[in-house]
Amino acid sequence: MQDFSFPAPPTAPDTAELRAEVRAFLAAELAGYPAAERIRSWSGFDADFSRKLGQRGWIGMTWPKQYGGHERSALERYVVLEELLAAGAPVAAHWIADRQSGPLLLKVGTEEQKRTILPRIAAGEFFFCIGMSEPDSGSDLAAVRTRAVPVEGGWRVNGTKLWTTYAHHAHAIILYCRTGAADDRHGGTSQFLVDLTLPGITVRPIADLSGARHFNEVVFEDVILPHSALIGQEGDGWNQVMSELAYERSGPERFLSTFVLFVELVRTLGSQMTPDAAGALGRLGVHLVVLRRLSRSVAGMLQDGRNPALQASVVKDLGALVEQEIPEIARQLMAMEPDLRSHDALSSVLGYSILNAPAFSLRGGTREILRGIIARGLGLR
Amino acid sequence: MSETSQIVRDTANRLFTERISPQLLLGAETGAWLGEEWTLIEEMGLPLAMVGEEDGGVGLDDVDAAMLIRVAGANAVPLPLAETMLANRFLAAAGLPLSSGPATVAPVRPTDRFHLERAGGGWHLSGTAHRIPWARSAQTVLVLAEAGGQTFAVRLDDGQVRTESAHNLAVEPRDSLFVDGAVPDTAVAPLPDGMGFGDLMAMGAALRTAAMAGAIGRVLELTVGYANERAQFGRPIGKFQAIQQSLAVMAGHAAAASGAADLAAEGLSQGARSLTVAVGKARAGEAAGVVATIAHQVHGAIGFTHEHSLHFLTKRLWSWRDEFGNEAHWNRLFGQRMAEAGADGVWPLIASL
Ligand SMILES: Cc1cc2nc3c(=O)[nH]c(=O)nc-3n(C[C@H](O)[C@H](O)[C@H](O)COP(=O)(O)OP(=O)(O)OC[C@H]3O[C@@H](n4cnc5c(N)ncnc54)[C@H](O)[C@@H]3O)c2cc1C
Repeated sequence: MQDFSFPAPPTAPDTAELRAEVRAFLAAELAGYPAAERIRSWSGFDADFSRKLGQRGWIGMTWPKQYGGHERSALERYVVLEELLAAGAPVAAHWIADRQSGPLLLKVGTEEQKRTILPRIAAGEFFFCIGMSEPDSGSDLAAVRTRAVPVEGGWRVNGTKLWTTYAHHAHAIILYCRTGAADDRHGGTSQFLVDLTLPGITVRPIADLSGARHFNEVVFEDVILPHSALIGQEGDGWNQVMSELAYERSGPERFLSTFVLFVELVRTLGSQMTPDAAGALGRLGVHLVVLRRLSRSVAGMLQDGRNPALQASVVKDLGALVEQEIPEIARQLMAMEPDLRSHDALSSVLGYSILNAPAFSLRGGTREILRGIIARGLGLR
Repeated sequence: MSETSQIVRDTANRLFTERISPQLLLGAETGAWLGEEWTLIEEMGLPLAMVGEEDGGVGLDDVDAAMLIRVAGANAVPLPLAETMLANRFLAAAGLPLSSGPATVAPVRPTDRFHLERAGGGWHLSGTAHRIPWARSAQTVLVLAEAGGQTFAVRLDDGQVRTESAHNLAVEPRDSLFVDGAVPDTAVAPLPDGMGFGDLMAMGAALRTAAMAGAIGRVLELTVGYANERAQFGRPIGKFQAIQQSLAVMAGHAAAASGAADLAAEGLSQGARSLTVAVGKARAGEAAGVVATIAHQVHGAIGFTHEHSLHFLTKRLWSWRDEFGNEAHWNRLFGQRMAEAGADGVWPLIASL
């Protein structure tokens, strides 16, 4: 059995001031911003808003100053993230770049990649998308078929990526693909930093079940990449992707997806709350407090350079359950028929939440895959 | 973890794992008092863990004190350690002499009340309280009672109370306690301002949370161990994906219970003012139910027998989640606090914990 413990989260004495600063900024910036928009939060794309955050120094917070970062602690970064999500700020534009593409480049990128890209991410002006999934390779990432073959001066790429969130707005994609033999499941993959405006790349939006367009199919037809596009070592793709996932799985976006609904529910029930309603809402609040503690603990472990992949999987699995439960409990308490276009905030926010909830236990690793990872940590596989 | 926590944890763990065998637990279920083990616990000073050094205690910090109970919970220790620690904490706060043997606290249910009034040169205390842990074995009972708008601590010895046996599902004593008699001035003292019955409930809840987290951790270990050993259809049952998924769910709840216990421990000395205790007790209580269910499912019929020792832990989990307020009680309290904070105060409240 691996170590499953979650050490007490680190303390940083000066976060109160930062928190107040972020709250004041959000209060001004999001004044009048309706709940029906806030519920989108880390799925809500607003390049202007991201640029303002960049100007505030709230992107790339923990990175070295020489790359446009601000050398702040993981806990300070955490404070900013959770305040943004709790307020329902539209953060999708820069979220992936800040959460995983930037840290990946910082860790294994070339000096040139770091110098040219990181400062632009931190400024809130350069957005990334994640090119891991494919039509035949979702949970089984080692089965990717998109292939980069060496050619004169660089690489030629052919293949199709799928479910690529905001590829239609992003500047670049981190492309995970095969560079070695098909039977070398782990060693035969690499990652590339790819400019999405290159010839041969087609981005086709796919509507989700609510009709909204945020994810895409990204097709690569004889796309030529320079040598300098390779991220880290050739053949290291699998290891890179696995370590990125700890960042992807433990953050507050993994349990706050429906937090705006929770707040609207408290608003509607108001002071007339019955003991039963208080009990049901209290339970959800209790879950959120505990999740937040576990998630901050993982942030601390990441800061200390540990590998909390196992703990991150636990946070994501527990978090998805709670964020999916919030709309279910809201329905029971309100006895309303949700309607996306309703002028009643609660009704439309509830509708949005119900229509998006299935994704919470898919994106970033399915529930079954996470539980498989946990089972491995328990020594069962 | 601090060095002290580590030492406290290791020493207590060594003591409990060496002494608390299944035979001993069976004996405790038939009503035997584990005198030798209690003496060892006293020799280590554990009953005084939550009393400051200036008051003659050991002065552990809250997190370390709760850690002791966590370790005791993991070993299903059938002795009133948490109750004695609590009683001594309240006795010290009131400036009354500490207990010199096993002790307990009363009342432990919100509906039970004692009646305290001036009589003759001293006091008269009367009343009944139910589900008092270990009342029959306690040499000292700390009773909280109100008089004239103030909360008093009353220190009773076993001669001043009558008890009637009752048990929780784990066959731990949860007795009814009857008092009706004179108490001298020297045994009654007001609690410091703001300290009262709610604090006793909350501190009891925090310690039960710790105990549940300990027991849950042990149940997870036992169940994973069993899944790796027990073979069906030619391979260990732990190789079946259905079992793996169940155990992963259990591990998630165990992690949450552990985080919940940490939160509750950090709020321990704030008593009723601490919302993290509410959070901890409610979350760990919910985990306790899920963990016990999965543990029994994975163990199959053998875990349903009295021979197998799983039940010493699962019966305690089923019991402890209902003591010092069940999940509904603490969830409601937290929900009411959120309602009072108002919709826009919900996040600041959550982020402050
Ligand atoms: C809203 C949304 C946004 C996304 N954004 C991105 C993105 O930006 N970039 C990106 O690369 N991907 C993205 N994804 C893709 C996501 O990562 C995949 O959907 C996910 O990894 C699952 O793959 P799949 O959909 O192919 O399902 P499959 O892998 O085919 O799984 C189908 C079912 O089978 C189960 N299953 C599969 N393998 C096993 C196994 N070994 N044991 C038990 N059960 C198993 C799964 O748990 C699931 O229940 C996004 C997905 C969604 C829904």
